[in-house]
Amino acid sequence: MIPMEYYLIISMVMFFAGIYGFIARKNLLAILISLELILNSVEINFSVFNRYLYPEHLEGMFFSLFGIAVSAAETAVAIAIIINVYRIRQDIDVRHIDKMKN
Amino acid sequence: MGTTANMIVFYILGTLIIVSSVLAVTSKRMLRAATYLLFVLIGTAGLYLLLSYHFLMGVQLAVYAGGILVLFIFAILLTSAKGDKFEPRDKQKVLYGIIAALAGVTVTLFVTLKYKFLYPDNPTIAGDKEINMKEIGQALTGTEKYQYLLPFEILGVLLLACAIGGILIARKR
Repeated sequence: MIPMEYYLIISMVMFFAGIYGFIARKNLLAILISLELILNSVEINFSVFNRYLYPEHLEGMFFSLFGIAVSAAETAVAIAIIINVYRIRQDIDVRHIDKMKN
Repeated sequence: MGTTANMIVFYILGTLIIVSSVLAVTSKRMLRAATYLLFVLIGTAGLYLLLSYHFLMGVQLAVYAGGILVLFIFAILLTSAKGDKFEPRDKQKVLYGIIAALAGVTVTLFVTLKYKFLYPDNPTIAGDKEINMKEIGQALTGTEKYQYLLPFEILGVLLLACAIGGILIARKR
């Protein structure tokens, strides 16, 4: 039997790779990719906890299912916004999008 | 026998996921980053299969690998200007990112390895039991305890709203 911690370590590495990308990348789409990594690692954790600790229930699986759907919706809107930003500014670098800052 | 095969598959998937997720946030070309993200998502689907969540694996492949990745690739191709192939690195931001990630990994690894998870050696973990499709369908369309009709419907409305919003935001003026 695979120990539960191994799954948690995999999802942990994925999560913190996402955190690193979220801080260090400057392309808006790269930040969105990092966000996807973070969401995906959380969904792995939900289903692992469900399978190992409460195998007779299905809550974790359904939470992962709804999480996948919500992140799909969020990505669709975010990509629409990014394409709109590109259309206006010809650039999706977060350092240059500061018109609303001051 | 089955356990050894499970272990081998698990190690292959784990290596694939870890390497690809690190490469997805460090590679300079956006299209490559999206490809590594695809590998991560497929590896995750494999993990769901190892946990014998077959339905979740199908949803993961269909929604993430099939839907979101296509959106990403279209967006990358639509927004790829000449400059963003080699985005210049902000050394300070990279340093902050590495520090944040390493600190988080240290704390989480410590907590995870220190805490003793107690779980019985049940046969479902080895993937011997498949969840009945009827069970999932009834849980998604019922209103009893542990049934999820309301979140399911709300999710449908949310997806509709996001589709309309996406079209509205991204349309040509």
